[in-house]
Amino acid sequence: MELLIQVFVAPFLDMAGSPVFLLEVIINGLLTGVMYSLVALGFVLIFKASGVFNFAQGAMVLFAALTLVGLIERGVPGWLAIVISLGVMVALAYAVERWMLRPLVNQAPIILFMATIGLNFVLEGSGQIAWGSNVKELDIGIPDASFDVGGILLNEFDIYAALVAAILVAGLAVFFQKTAVGRALRAVADNHQAALAVGIPLKTIWIIVWSVAGAVALVAGIMWGAKSGVQFSLALIALKALPVLILGGFTSVPGAIIGGLIIGVGEKIAEVYWGPVIGGAIENWFAYMLALVFLMFRPQGLFGEVIIERV
Amino acid sequence: MTHRRTMLAGMLGVVFALVFIAGPVAAQNDQFFPLLVYRTGPYAPNGIPSANGFRDYYDMVNKRDGGVNGVKISWEECETSYDTKRGVECYEKLKARATVVHPFSTGITYQLIPKAAVDQVPLWSSGYGRTATADGTVFPWAFNAPTTYWAQASAVINYIAQQEGGMDKLKGKKIAHVYHNSPYGKEANPTLEVLAQKFGYELTLLAVDHPGQEQKATWLQIRRLRPDYIYMSSWGVMGQVAVKEAAAISFPMDHFIGNWWSASEAEVVPAGSAANGYKGATFNGAGPNWPVHQDILKHVYNGDQAKAKENNWGEVLYNRTLVGAMANLEAVRVAQKRYGNRVITGAEMRWGMDNLDITAARIKELGFDGMMRPLRITCADHEGSGPVLIQQWDGAKWNPVSDWIPVMRDVVRPMIEQSAMEYAKENNITPRKCE
Repeated sequence: MELLIQVFVAPFLDMAGSPVFLLEVIINGLLTGVMYSLVALGFVLIFKASGVFNFAQGAMVLFAALTLVGLIERGVPGWLAIVISLGVMVALAYAVERWMLRPLVNQAPIILFMATIGLNFVLEGSGQIAWGSNVKELDIGIPDASFDVGGILLNEFDIYAALVAAILVAGLAVFFQKTAVGRALRAVADNHQAALAVGIPLKTIWIIVWSVAGAVALVAGIMWGAKSGVQFSLALIALKALPVLILGGFTSVPGAIIGGLIIGVGEKIAEVYWGPVIGGAIENWFAYMLALVFLMFRPQGLFGEVIIERV
Repeated sequence: MTHRRTMLAGMLGVVFALVFIAGPVAAQNDQFFPLLVYRTGPYAPNGIPSANGFRDYYDMVNKRDGGVNGVKISWEECETSYDTKRGVECYEKLKARATVVHPFSTGITYQLIPKAAVDQVPLWSSGYGRTATADGTVFPWAFNAPTTYWAQASAVINYIAQQEGGMDKLKGKKIAHVYHNSPYGKEANPTLEVLAQKFGYELTLLAVDHPGQEQKATWLQIRRLRPDYIYMSSWGVMGQVAVKEAAAISFPMDHFIGNWWSASEAEVVPAGSAANGYKGATFNGAGPNWPVHQDILKHVYNGDQAKAKENNWGEVLYNRTLVGAMANLEAVRVAQKRYGNRVITGAEMRWGMDNLDITAARIKELGFDGMMRPLRITCADHEGSGPVLIQQWDGAKWNPVSDWIPVMRDVVRPMIEQSAMEYAKENNITPRKCE
C-alpha cells in the first residue's frame, strides 16, 4: 500500500506542493530535449533522403568534434577550424557515397544499415587514431553562467543551445521546402528509381545529404563538446537520440524537435519525482519506455510518414 | 591488381600493429607483467595516464637498474576499453606468465576473482574492486591495498567532521552521494549508510547512469535538497559534467568532494574554471616534483619535459600507477629474497605480496618520499588500511589541503570480514589460517 502511495500519489502531491520547482524541471527538460534533437536531426536527414538508418551518426558527431578541436589545438583559428571541419565532413560524405553506398545500390535496407555499423567502427577508430583519445576542452565562447528568473535557475549555455537548434531547424526546413536541391532530396526519399527517371542525380543527392548530416553532426559535436569536453563518449549521445526518433518519427525534422522536447521533459520528471522511489538512474530507460508506449499507438512516430505497402 | 595491393597494405598494417604497438615482447627470462589498459573508448581519458604510469616506471627501472636484481621486466598491453568481457579475454590471453594482474576495473575484478584463484595468479585492484577482498583469509589471491572504497568513505566522513568541528557536528547535516550507477559507484553506499546511522547525518543517494553525459535531473534534485556536502563516485565523462553542473547551480565547490577516481586532471581540466576549488580524495601525491619523476624524466624521456608531459607525467592517475608499479616490484624483491634472484611465479609473487612491507625509509630510497604512506600487507589484511589525503584543484594543479586522514578501521574492518564470510559461505570457501 505504501509503495502504491509513493508511486501514484506522493509525486503528484510533490508537484502540486512546489509548482515553481516543477516549472524548473520542465524548462530544464525542454532545454535538454533540444540538445537531443540536435543529434536526432542527423539521423532524420539521412533516413529521409535515402531510407538508411545511419548507425554511425553518433560516431560522426565524435569525428567532427575531434577534428575541430584537434585543429584548434594545433593553432588553427576557430573560424578556419570550423570551415576545415566542414570540408572534412563533406569529404567524408563523398567517401561514403563512393565506397559504401554506390556498391550497395539496390541492396536491402538492412544491408545498408549493416554498412553503417561498419562505418561507425571506422570513424570511431580513425578519429581516435588521428586526434587521440584524451579528453579535450572546447571553449567556443558561449557564456555558461546561470541566472535566476522568479526562483527558476536557468543556464545561459542551454539557452544558446536552444537558439542554435532553432536556427538549424529553420534553415533545414527552408532547405527542404524551398530549394530545388531540397525538393530533389524529398523526391529521392520517396522513390529512387522515379527520381532517377526524371533526371535527379542520385549520387550527388546522397553526397549532399550526407554532407548536411555531417554539418549537423559538427554543430551537435560543438554544443555537446562544449558542455562535457570532446571525448569518445560523444559517440554515445546517439543512444539519447534513438527514443527521440522513435517518438518523433524517422522522417520528420519537426518530429525530431518535438520528440526531443517530450523525451527531455518526460525523463526529467520521471527521474526527479519517481527516481527516488525505485532507486534512481531511471531516465535512460524511461526515455525508451516512453517511446515504446508511443510506438504502440503510432508505429510511425508522431510525425513520421505512414508506410502503406501492397502485399 | 588494385585489390591485391589493398590486401597487401592491410596485411602490412596488421604486422606493423602487432610488432610495434604491443610493447616489449616477453622473453622467458623476464619478469612479465600483463597490462590490462584502456587507451580507447569512453573511459580512455582516465585509462591513458594509468597505462603510461605503469609503462614508464617499468621502463625506467629497466634502464636505470637493469631490472629487479638482474631480472629484466617485460610487459604487454591488452586493450579492454573498460569493457568487462574484453578484460576477461585479455586476462585469459596473458595469464600464462603473469606475475600479477591489475584489472583496472571493478567489473573486471569481480569476474577475475574466482578465476585467479584457480590459475594461481595474484590480482591487485589498488583502491578499487571488491572491498571484501581486503580479507586475505577468504581471498588469498586478491589484494586491494593500500585502501578500499569503504575505508575511503569513512575517511571522507572523517574529513567532513574535521571541517565542521568534530564528529558530533555531523548530526543533522545533509550529505549526498552522487554515484556512477555501476558496481564501482555503489561500493561506498553500505559504509555511508552505516556511518549515517552512527553519526546522525542525513544521507541521500543519487545514481547517474553510464556514461553520465547528461545528468541535469540529478542536479535539479541537488538544488532542491541543498546538501551541506556532496561526495561523488564518478568515472569518465560523468565527473567533468558533474563538476560543471555543480558550478552551474552555484554549489560551493569546497564542499564537493570526489573519491580518488573522481579527482584527477580528466575531471577538472575539461570543466575549465568551473572546477576551481573542487576537492578530491587520494592516496598518492600529485605533480611531478618527486625524485622518482626526475629519474623517469632522465631515463625514459632523456630530459624532454614536454614529451613527458604529453605522456601525463605527474598527473594524479599517472602517479597512482607509478606507486602501483613500484609496489609490484617491491613484492617481487620480497619474493626473490625467499626464492632467489630469478623470475618468480605467480604463486611466489603472492607470497611476496602477503609479506610486503614498504617502510618510510624504503619509500624515501625509492624516490616516493611524501608521495605515499608506508604500506604493510599481511596474510589476513590485503588492504593495509592506508590513510587518505584530501586535495583541491586551484585551476592549474592539485594541492593537498589536509593531513593524511585515518580511516575508521573499527567500523570498516568488521564490515569487510562479514562480507568476506558471506562470500565464503556462498562459494563454499574454507578461509585459510593466517599466523
